[in-house]
Amino acid sequence: MSSELEFRDAIREALAEELERDPTVVFFGEDVAAPGGVFAVTGGLQERFGPERVFDTPISELALAGAAFGAAATGLRPVIEIMFGDFMGLPMDSLVNQAAKLWYVSKEQGSAPLVVRSAVGAGGRFGAMHSQIHGTWFQGIPGLKVVAPSSPADAKGLLKAAIRDENPVIFMEHKRLYSVKGPAPETEIVPLGKAAIVRVGGDLTIVSVAKGVRDALQAADTLAGDGLETEIVDVRSLRPLDVQTVMESVEKTNRVLAVEEGPRTGGWASGLLGIVAEEALHDLDDAWTVTTDDVPVPYSPSLEDALLPAAETIVESVRSRLGTGVETSA
Amino acid sequence: MSARKAETVEAGRAATGRDLLDAYARMLTIREFEQSIHRLFLRGEVHGTTHLSAGQEAVPVGVCMALEPSDYVSGTYRGHGHALAKGTDPEALAAEMLGRASGVCGGRAGSMNVVDLEHGLVGCFGIVGGSIAAATGAALSAKRQGRVSVAFFGDGAVNQAYFHECLNFAKVMDLPAIFVCENNFYGEFTPMRSVTAGGEIAARAGAYGIPFAVVDGNDIWAVRDAATEAVDRARSGSGPTLLECQTYRHFGHSKSDPAKYRPADEVESWVARDPLTIARERLLADGTSEDEIAAVEAQTRERLAEAVDAARAAPFPDPDAERAAGYSA
Repeated sequence: MSSELEFRDAIREALAEELERDPTVVFFGEDVAAPGGVFAVTGGLQERFGPERVFDTPISELALAGAAFGAAATGLRPVIEIMFGDFMGLPMDSLVNQAAKLWYVSKEQGSAPLVVRSAVGAGGRFGAMHSQIHGTWFQGIPGLKVVAPSSPADAKGLLKAAIRDENPVIFMEHKRLYSVKGPAPETEIVPLGKAAIVRVGGDLTIVSVAKGVRDALQAADTLAGDGLETEIVDVRSLRPLDVQTVMESVEKTNRVLAVEEGPRTGGWASGLLGIVAEEALHDLDDAWTVTTDDVPVPYSPSLEDALLPAAETIVESVRSRLGTGVETSA
Repeated sequence: MSARKAETVEAGRAATGRDLLDAYARMLTIREFEQSIHRLFLRGEVHGTTHLSAGQEAVPVGVCMALEPSDYVSGTYRGHGHALAKGTDPEALAAEMLGRASGVCGGRAGSMNVVDLEHGLVGCFGIVGGSIAAATGAALSAKRQGRVSVAFFGDGAVNQAYFHECLNFAKVMDLPAIFVCENNFYGEFTPMRSVTAGGEIAARAGAYGIPFAVVDGNDIWAVRDAATEAVDRARSGSGPTLLECQTYRHFGHSKSDPAKYRPADEVESWVARDPLTIARERLLADGTSEDEIAAVEAQTRERLAEAVDAARAAPFPDPDAERAAGYSA
């Protein structure tokens, strides 16, 4: 099929289709409208839907998120862009204390159906304050959903689902995926909180999200050469976290590796392994993580590359842990 | 029909003696409510902490006189008055303070986080400045809906980033927002002037090109008039206004605060300018009879006492029935 879709176009198509479908959807952020976004994702939307629905804002992350919350509580479905995930420390109050709590604390009088899109992740030589992934900053907040697609099809389907969701959704777009191409989605939406098995295998389960899934897929090809068949679970959402699908895979493979671009302490990967251990210890022969060291993301290419999980890191970790592969087999 | 409608609008603008008597009754409801909550707190029936607004009643009641029921209000953790002024049922609010199932939020919110969307109360926010953000967002909706959106906040909030970001945002977006600062001259225990550069609040709006006014926040007539002008401006598409309503809280910041940091003569002079006293004298001067006022006072006190009694009789929420529902479907 020739319907190859680029990740950034998938995001724009999702926004355009939901703006078209629902007149209460509005989209705003810094440089998203006239300039079309710093990653060239959102061009043309303002021309198509007008300045009342798609607009540029001041560089005011607190006001942006506050505006999204207040608008969502009173009848609109705002999508905002907080340009880099690293900036999410600023709007945290409106998202954590206002948007996330409205549904429960008001005793279900209403909710805040909003989406916060951000570019995340390292590997672009952007340095310590433009390379982080904020998923774990928000994963522990009841009422929020946290989503991170790994493919163009999922990017489109998950973003459309996020915009239609009645709850606030933190939507993370990995910078290293924007230019990735892949098949167009086969379904209108991809439901939030449901993991995907993106490769089937019986020896080892690798769990990841976003770019980590692509790294794991690449690693799996090499590991297959060692005679190790890997099953890869793309959890797609960090909250709600589809532990069930992970456990069903682990029941089959008895080994689980969680790959996270971020530090191990306080990370989603170690949290997931904790839940798997609590629920399914009897199925486990081994469980471990591949994460970054406990340092900020450095600038220098040599330092940054050494920090980040990649296909080779995953292969090395599996070989060393399981005693398989060319280097370690006797 | 159109003549009749015009007449109604005119009457709303002029505010009749009856409207003012109703507004006085609403202020008295808030005063009686706060005193009841104070007593219930001392008896251990209201938990945690609570921030009472006694002394500041003219601000929310005066502002809400200028609003339509469908307009939006966002309040603070000192928000009982904001809710009652916008139309929240006193019994449901008292039940919320008492943690009962019949509370306006089923006992999940407590004193600081009340939400009443049915009456346009987007929320009361436990974080200083949060109401400014929520109201700015509600103003985005309000602009499409022909409504206006009010933020109540204290003098402490004007040093938060929310204040500056949202005033700028609301102005460049021409939002129908009214920013109402209840300046009670103390941010928690600290005098406003010692932590507020320039010492002036309202003038800060001028830097953003936003019309502003300093208002006697203990005079409900002054508050209502200033609010009416701001609401007209917002509804006609001319953007936001900042009102600095100067007022004073009769109690301390929260229930743990005896407010010893305030000079006795300062407290005395403000208590002498009690907004209820001012309103009562004005009603008498404008021709409402003593008997009429006394009847309204007796009825208001009786209704509030009944509401509190009913709230105290209500059951606590059942934890087994409360599980689930972490997300809206």
